[in-house]
Amino acid sequence: MTWTPQQPIVSLKDVHKSFGSVEVLRGISLDVMKGEVICIIGPSGSGKSTLIRCINALNDIQAGSITVEGLEVNDPKLDKLALRRKVGMVFQQYNLFPHKTALQNVMMAPIKVLGQDRAEVENRARALIAKVRLNGKEDAYPGELSGGQQQRVAIARSLAMNPDVMLFDEVTAALDPETVKEVLMTIKDLAADGMTCILVTHEMGFAREIADCIYFTDRGVIVESGPPATFFDNAQDPRTQQFLAQIL
Amino acid sequence: MDLANTFIDWLRPDWFLNLAVVSDDYNRGRYVAGLWMTIKLSVVSIFLSLLVGVLGAAVQGAPSRTLRVAVGLFVAFFRNTPPLVQLYFFYFAIGTVLRITGENGLPQPLISNFGWAIISLSLFAGALNVEIFRAGVEAVPRSTVEAAEALGYTRLQIYTDIVLPLAVRVSLPALGTNLVNLVKTTTLAYAIAVPELLYISAQIWSEDLNVREMMNVLLVSYVGLVAVLVWVLHRWEKALRIPGYGE
Ligand SMILES: Nc1ncnc2c1ncn2[C@@H]1O[C@H](COP(=O)(O)OP(=O)(O)O)[C@@H](O)[C@H]1O
Ligand SMILES: [Mg+2]
Repeated sequence: MTWTPQQPIVSLKDVHKSFGSVEVLRGISLDVMKGEVICIIGPSGSGKSTLIRCINALNDIQAGSITVEGLEVNDPKLDKLALRRKVGMVFQQYNLFPHKTALQNVMMAPIKVLGQDRAEVENRARALIAKVRLNGKEDAYPGELSGGQQQRVAIARSLAMNPDVMLFDEVTAALDPETVKEVLMTIKDLAADGMTCILVTHEMGFAREIADCIYFTDRGVIVESGPPATFFDNAQDPRTQQFLAQIL
Repeated sequence: MDLANTFIDWLRPDWFLNLAVVSDDYNRGRYVAGLWMTIKLSVVSIFLSLLVGVLGAAVQGAPSRTLRVAVGLFVAFFRNTPPLVQLYFFYFAIGTVLRITGENGLPQPLISNFGWAIISLSLFAGALNVEIFRAGVEAVPRSTVEAAEALGYTRLQIYTDIVLPLAVRVSLPALGTNLVNLVKTTTLAYAIAVPELLYISAQIWSEDLNVREMMNVLLVSYVGLVAVLVWVLHRWEKALRIPGYGE
């Protein structure tokens, strides 16, 4: 099956995921079109991280199906490299490689994993570091950067692989309030450039501003979803209303 | 009183630090050969034991249960038996079986006593290095490994590019202790007549009856060798230091 841009770039159908006997995802379905930005919100422990980790096969699933550009993620014969070239991921705790400089962090994977030419990768890496507004920090080690700066390096590192989809798992949750903005700006730039983004976030103002669609999860199911305007101002389900009342 | 006199005797200039081999050309030649043998034993065993440690720790993180158990048994065997017994085991138990027919038609050992000393010392120190590196590997956060997975790294690439470089930094202090011990343990090769420093010194003192002077020579030699190793390890640690990391 070949994928065409008219079809969802990421598609989840009735996904079930358990850790041991605990079912964490209980039938999740959602479609994301190319260039769309979706935000997943919901209480802690509702399975948001698990959901997006399943999309790039960091977690396996027990039932249902996930496809990325037509690639069946749950196929035991899946070429994980092929999947992970398409999907970039940014984590809450940045997870940079602490023994490499910012520039090296960005350059490593394209050279090592994709076997690309070093000089060409370096040019691209420097451009990406400029794009996340970190000029001058190329030779700094992660331990010498603030949380917000590290997170932007992590975004650049992911972008260096030229992914088609970016996953963001609460990427501002560990940051100081003043550095949250710089990271959100970076993501906004990306979304404006047409990158397909799937974000888990607690930044409701931000979600409202950039998302094409909001999904609210609770205890492993999607309770409600819709475009931000309808979702925030006109939530139907009492669980959504209660969550929004607490957080807004 | 006797004790005090003996002690003062030790401090007399012709006894204290009498490096007997410096003056005598014949003995100096032998001493240098012994020192060189000890250096060879140390350097080659250090290198091979590090290799054993890195490979063993990698296998302990591998999916194959059989391999993991095999490495576990290997480590347990070498950790829980005396190194001198291990050396004898290799040299006398295995060495006498592993023979080839030489040019003169007589059976000859396939591996020399020097070879067995290297093998035995490398495996002994290597088994401890496996444990040391494994502790370092376990100290690498799971989330760092996941970040590499998400970038498409293979298991092997993750080990060589991310886990190992970080693990080595964590392991260095323990590794240093083990390697210093390895240098000191090379004296066991004496027991299978490898002409290293202790063996040569014993030859010299039994011919020249200068045990005390040769003890000076020996102790100073090992202090010097260990000092060089500690200096190298220190340089290595410094070279590996990451700005802003691990304070
Ligand atoms: N590796 C794991 N092993 C066992 N349970 C897990 C694991 N990861 C997550 N869980 C459990 O799954 C549930 C959902 O977790 P998570 O997806 O992290 O939620 P969220 O990101 O919405 O806070 C939680 O109850 C959590 O304890
Ligand atoms: Mg989470």
